[in-house]
Order: sequence, then structure tokens, then C-alpha cells
Amino acid sequence: MLSHRNIGFYLLLAPLALWLILLIVIPHINLAMLSLQERVGVRQYETSFANYRTFIDEPLYIMTFARTAVMSILATTLTLLIGFPVAYYIAKMAVGRAKSVLFLLCLVPFWVSELVRTFGWMILLRETGVVSSFLQWAGLASGPVELLYNDASIMVGLVYTSMLFMVVPLVSTLDSLDNSVIEAGYDLGGSTPSILREIVIPHAMPGIVSGCIVVFMLSLGNYLTPIMLGGKDSLWFTELIYSQFIVRFNWELGAAFGFLLLFLSSVIVWAALRLSGQTLERTMG
Amino acid sequence: MIPTIPRSPVVNWIYKAYIALFFLYLALPLIVVAVFGFNDSQFPSLPWKGFTWDWFFGDTQPRVGFFHEKSILKAVGTSVFVGVCVSILAVAIGTTNAFLFNRYDFRGKGALYILMILPLVIPGIVLGISILVFSSSVANVAWDSIKWDIEALRPGLVLVVLGQFSFVATIATLVISARLKSFDKTLEEAALNLGANQLTAVRTVTIPYLAPALAGAFVVSFLMSFENFNTTLMLVGSDAPLTIAMFDRLKEGSTPLLNAVSLMLMLGSSLLALVMIAFEKR
Amino acid sequence: MIAPDLQCHNLTKHYGDTTAVDNVSFDVPAGSFFSILGPSGCGKTTIMRMIAGFQEPSSGDIQIKGKSVLNVAPNKRPVNMVFQHLALFPMMNVADNIGYGLRRRKMAKPLINRKVEEALERIGLPGVGRRQVSELSGGQKQRIAIARCMVLEPDVLLLDEPLGALDLKLREQMKVELKTLQAAFDTTFLYITHDQSEALVMSDAIAVMNAGHFEQVGSAQDLYHNPQTAFVAGFVGESNKWLGSVTQRDGHYIDIDTPSMTVRAMASGDTWNKGAKAQVFVRPEAIQISREVSALRDYDNILTGKIEQILFNGAASRLLVRSEKGSDIIEVNMPQAGTTSNWSQGDIAHLGWSKDQGVAFIESAK
Repeated sequence: MLSHRNIGFYLLLAPLALWLILLIVIPHINLAMLSLQERVGVRQYETSFANYRTFIDEPLYIMTFARTAVMSILATTLTLLIGFPVAYYIAKMAVGRAKSVLFLLCLVPFWVSELVRTFGWMILLRETGVVSSFLQWAGLASGPVELLYNDASIMVGLVYTSMLFMVVPLVSTLDSLDNSVIEAGYDLGGSTPSILREIVIPHAMPGIVSGCIVVFMLSLGNYLTPIMLGGKDSLWFTELIYSQFIVRFNWELGAAFGFLLLFLSSVIVWAALRLSGQTLERTMG
Repeated sequence: MIPTIPRSPVVNWIYKAYIALFFLYLALPLIVVAVFGFNDSQFPSLPWKGFTWDWFFGDTQPRVGFFHEKSILKAVGTSVFVGVCVSILAVAIGTTNAFLFNRYDFRGKGALYILMILPLVIPGIVLGISILVFSSSVANVAWDSIKWDIEALRPGLVLVVLGQFSFVATIATLVISARLKSFDKTLEEAALNLGANQLTAVRTVTIPYLAPALAGAFVVSFLMSFENFNTTLMLVGSDAPLTIAMFDRLKEGSTPLLNAVSLMLMLGSSLLALVMIAFEKR
Repeated sequence: MIAPDLQCHNLTKHYGDTTAVDNVSFDVPAGSFFSILGPSGCGKTTIMRMIAGFQEPSSGDIQIKGKSVLNVAPNKRPVNMVFQHLALFPMMNVADNIGYGLRRRKMAKPLINRKVEEALERIGLPGVGRRQVSELSGGQKQRIAIARCMVLEPDVLLLDEPLGALDLKLREQMKVELKTLQAAFDTTFLYITHDQSEALVMSDAIAVMNAGHFEQVGSAQDLYHNPQTAFVAGFVGESNKWLGSVTQRDGHYIDIDTPSMTVRAMASGDTWNKGAKAQVFVRPEAIQISREVSALRDYDNILTGKIEQILFNGAASRLLVRSEKGSDIIEVNMPQAGTTSNWSQGDIAHLGWSKDQGVAFIESAK
């Protein structure tokens, strides 16, 4: 480690500083200031909380906001519940080639864009889709069934899209748990549930937290999946931001919505880190 | 629950069935997307009307295939261009960042590191609007004060590249840092000891060691850029990258052409994956 | 008659075509320290894991206190194991580690706390219960791992090379400590190791294992002085080993021609035939060295050579002597003190040892 300041240090610091200041820090300060502007006349602005007041006064906005948060938390929980047994199987049950093959198989869907994945679900779930045809063929449905455009289909898509970001950190933390520690648990009289509760899950906690944080953020900020699988009335907060910016051209209100989304995601990430005693560097790095 | 602990065969069987079901869930959407690219019909849905290559090679309306659809090919070109720009920038800054965080100790290093990670935690759509708002303010100020219209600051490819770069750079930094951390610094000292100067030592010893990570960071950055939707959506101008172009078409209703495009994307990604595995093996 | 704490009958384990454990039977009497000594890959770990329940024998039976445990799950067996790398739970503090098994037995909290405190006192670490495992030294972790098992009062404690990870000094110390702990807890210990000095120092009985089967079971002295097979003679303690062919037999003794000499030694086994290949083992401390050949007149085997190297190591110093004829190198203990001690490289030396000090194993003609 060098601690003296030479020209090399500043040369290395400069690009980092340019990137963070010009593309992250100033744009967000700018966004914050914009969200506090109230249009009072043509090209006339005043600083006020009017945009935030609009948000509070309009039940649709608040409802959408709360709904996005709750659905994202639900999607995160589901992803964890579905992904954990799979990650455990890959890390602890599969051996040799099977292990690496299964792990790679988990990654495959995420080499293609979210758009393609969502498109796949549309083909499967829509009225004329594969699942509907299958149900009719099997005699479980008498006519075409529309499985798309409801909350369940949004959930299916969100869980699918996020799975990788849950399974990968879980596999790597579970992999680092020595088998002999689990054996010691059994040897000392532990049962499978007690070993899961007292040994496996505490050990996997960093992986669980980082997986949950990433999945939660991806769900919260998702735009494609709710729009395409949830249809026009999917009521996702990112849609409000998009429409304020691109359709209604009300950037001030859009900026306020953007900030609210950022605030919500930060608060929940911060709370998750605090509750689990983790740090951002450890979970993301 | 590890292989050395005896289990009941029933539990074992249920667990395996669950894993099989999970992988079916993962594979199903991709399989249907691929299969319906060959459906001899105007719609990517059942009933199956027979096999056709039209959606790849057809050249007459209404069956214009992937290789003859100008707008799609142009969008692919745009995506590749944006992807390459973003990746070059991200790998370059990722490398300098990795050296900075690995080799220097300075006040505020921890805080700077957290700030560096933040772009990953900011929703993509918020990154998009913040850059959109900032660039517009700059452009407005430039216009109001000196009547100079800076085209680059209006929604378009430059902003798309900057927007994607703003968070892809973090990923590239993390990938390259991880490799640099495992580098044995005594190798560099050995090079100095054998007569190299500091820069030559880095160039001849450290950079070759980092090569697999640089290649990996490039491929990952390219993929992140190619697949990005949220940030791009807010910054895009008239030249739409592929994901945006496909999204617009999908809103109008889908034809198997989109399946054909998706299948080509899958093939492209697999090719990239193979390239990356080859690099890692070296 | 009371059944031994642990009995293995014709224990066998196959992995595909390879046989890791080949028809092994042994009894471990209550309260004894029993070691299985063998090179890595000889199957000793497999035996231990079968006893703990982590592997299923292909055939044979394992009985604890006279009852077969083959159909008992590992978490229900009355044996506990100290793992090779200890496998202390890193997510719990010391007290929770020791109390883990007691909590599984649904013991009342205050009682668990008392037992944990007692165990900590017993291993000489009172008051460390609140500490994290990572804050302990190697030797302390060792003792915690043992205490974690001992609070459960197992019928047999299994120890899988637990000293392997420690440095030499600490290992020496822990050998003595383990023996003391075993006496203090008065529990049957089954210890496996590839380190002969660990086995020799601590054990009441040792089984030498090679390629899946037991070569010999006996006390440390037994194995050292009366090895029954060439493997045991070569593996336990240090020995000079020569190969040669048998020329004649005279009662218990046998003559073997090696490239540089004719050696007379005790014969192991009764069968022999002239010209058969044989291995002869003589311990370095059994060989006398002298500048005067006359001083060695009483010995059955006498040899002249030149000092090739001196390996100084305090009381365990050795001389390497190259024989005059042939090219054998013979290791001899350096005589301590006295006038004869100042040997130097290139000196001519005479070596002698009695025919009772050597043991010869005839390779059975196949």
C-alpha cells in the first residue's frame, strides 16, 4: 500500500472522480432540486414541496407506491423460498460434474435479455398460449384461459427474472460451509430442521441478505415485466415515472417520483443491512 | 442434508423432483420462444402450423425474416455500437479504479468505495432520469447563455452510452478488483528487482495477469449494455437499440419474427459465453 | 462378561471396484485409548466415518456396548466425533458450541449453562464461554472441540487426526494433554492418525492399517519390538532396511545375502526356501559403532564402512555410513558423550549388531 501522494495517484483518482461526480452525484442533486420546483407560470419556478404534496394528495399515486413496495417484498420472499433449496442442492448435494453443470444451467436464462424472457412468458400464459392450450387438451379447462395480465403473472415474471441474483450468492456462501460442520451438527445429535436453523441459515446469512437486496431492487425498479405481464393496469411505480417524463412531460413531478423510488429502495436496503448486521461493501463487493 | 447423511428415499425423491421442476421453470420460456420462431404462422402461438425458415430468411411481406428486416438489423448494429463503447469505457475505468483501491491508502477511501458501489443500488430508471435531467439543464444553460445547441446532450446514443456506463463501470471495477486482489505483489517487486521501472512492471507483469479479468469484464459489460432496458428507455433518441426496438414492436403485437430475433440473441450470448469460458481456461 | 465399548466385525467397504476397508475386526475395551495408525488412503478415515454413521459399511457389523448401531442414524448414535479440522460452529460462541448437543437433547437452560461451565473448567478454560471461536488459539479450539463432545458423555469418542493442523511444538504438548483428558473423562477414545509418534505416545493399543486391512494390533512396545509384518517393521519407528535373498536357516535365525554383506537375523514365520527374497530391518539404535573392530567381537553381524554424513539433531543425531562393499547406506545412532563421540566425515567405522536385533521377512513366493 502506498500512502504518499504522487502523480500516479491523481491520475488514477481523476477518472473515478469524473465518473462519480458528473454521472452520479451532480445528476442526483440536480434531480432533487428539480423535484422541489413548482411551476408557477411560463418558465417561472418556485421552490416548494408542491410535487411531493401532489403525491400525498393523490390516492392513486400512494396506492401504486405502496403496491410496488409490497409486491417487490413478496417477489423477494418467493425468490428466496424457491431459490434456497435449489442453491442448497447445487452447493451441498450435487457432486462433481453435476454440480458445475447445474450451476451453469442456472445462469443460462440470464444470458438473454429480460425482454426475451418476458416474451417467453407471454407466449406461455396468454389466452392463445401454450399453457392455456395444454389445459384444454388435458381437459382441465373448457375454453381458452387468460393467464396473463394479473398480479400472479407479474409475480411469476419477477421471480423468474430475479432468480439468478438469488441463487448465485446463495450457492457461493453455502459452498463455503464445510461439510464437516454439518456432520458435526448431526454427530452431536442435531436433526435436519435444527441444523438448518442453527448452522446452515446463520452461515448463509450474508448470501441471503445480498441476494434479497439485489432481487428487491431489481423488482422495485423493474419496468418491462409489470408492463408486459401485468398489462395496462399493472400499477407499477416506474410506469408513473415514465409517463410523467415521456408522456405528460411533467419533469418536476417525475423527478419527485424518482426520488421517492430511490428513497424507498435505500430505506429498505439500509434496514435489511442493519437487521442482519451486514455492510454494503461486503454484500455487493 | 448432505450426501453422507442417510435420508429416506421418499424425501430424496421429492427433493430431486423439485429440482427438476425448477429447471423446467427456468427453461420453459426460452424453449417456447425458440420453437415458435419456426412456426409457419403469423402468430407465435398454438396451433403449430408446420416448420418454416421464413422468419429468418424470408424476404417478402408479410414474411420478412430476421436477415432481411432492415430496421431490426440496424437496431442490432446500434446495440453492438453502444455495447462496445460502454465496454471499452467501463474496462478502462474499471482498471484504473482497481489499481486505485488496491494500491493506495487515502482518507475517505471507504466512503469513496461505497459511493462507487452505489450505482448498482440505484434503480436503473432513476439513473436514466437523473442523467436526462442533468444533461438537459446543461444544454439549456449552453443555449440560453451562448446560443450553442449541444446536440450530444439531447436524448440519443451519447446519453445512452453515458447512462449505461454510469452503472456498468461499477461491475467492471468489481470484476477487475477481485482479480487484482489475488495478485501476488512480490511478482511486481521481482520485476522491479530485475530492472523494470514501475510502469513497465505493471505493463509486463500485472496487466497480463489481469488479462482474463479484463476480457471477462468486457464481455459482462457488453452483455449488461446489450440487455439494458430501463436506463436506455429514458435516454433513447431516434436510434433505438435492439431491446427498445423489440419492445416497441411487441407493443404493436408480436410475429414469429421476434422469436427469430430472440433465438439469434440466445445464440449470440451462448457464443459470448463460450468465448468467456475459453478465456478463463487460458 | 461386559461387552467391549466398541466392536467391529468383518467390516468391509467397497467404492465401486476398490475396497477401502477389507474385512476388519477389532474390539475396543471400555476406558481404553485405541489408535488406528496408517498412511493416508489406507482406509482408516472410512472406518471412523462408518462408526460415526456418515458412511454405510458394505458388509460387517458395528456394535457399541454390545448393540449393533448399523440402523441408527448418525445423530442418534452414542458416539461423538472430533473432526479433522474440528468443525467448530463459526456462527456460535464457545458456550453455544459446547451446549449445542445438550440443546438438541432439550435439556433445561440453567442445566446446560452449568454443564458448559463445568466442561470449560475441566479443560482448563474457565470463563471463555462468551468468546467467539475465531478468537481462540489452535490448542484452545482443540480442547473446545473435545469438550463439545464430552458434555454428551458418549460411549466412544472418535478423533480424526485432530492434531494434524497444529504446529509441531503445540502438537507435542497436545499429545500429553489428550492423554490426560482421556484419563480425566474416563471415556473410550478411538483415535486415527498417520503420525506414529502420536499413536505410540498416547495409545493403550494400536492397530497398524495398510491398504484396507489391519497388519497388526498391539501395544506400542509390541509393535516396536515385535513387528509381525514387513509393513509394520518399516512403518513403526525408524529402521535400516535391506533387500536380499535367503541362503540358509538355523532355527529361529536366517541368513540373507544383500549386495554388500551377509546378515543374520530373526526369521518371521516358519516357511522359507533357499533363494527366496527377503527384507531385513535393523533399528539405528541397535547398531554399535566403533573405531576398533576388536570392540565388536561379540556381535553376529560386523561391517566396515566410511562415515558419509553426520546428521546432528541433539540426542537424536545420526551417522550415515556407506558400507565398504556395495553401496548400502546404514543409519546409526550417534553415540552420546565419551571419547567416541567426535566422529567426522570420511572416518573409517566398524559397525556391529546382534542377530536378535534384526528381523527378516520372507516374501511369500507367488
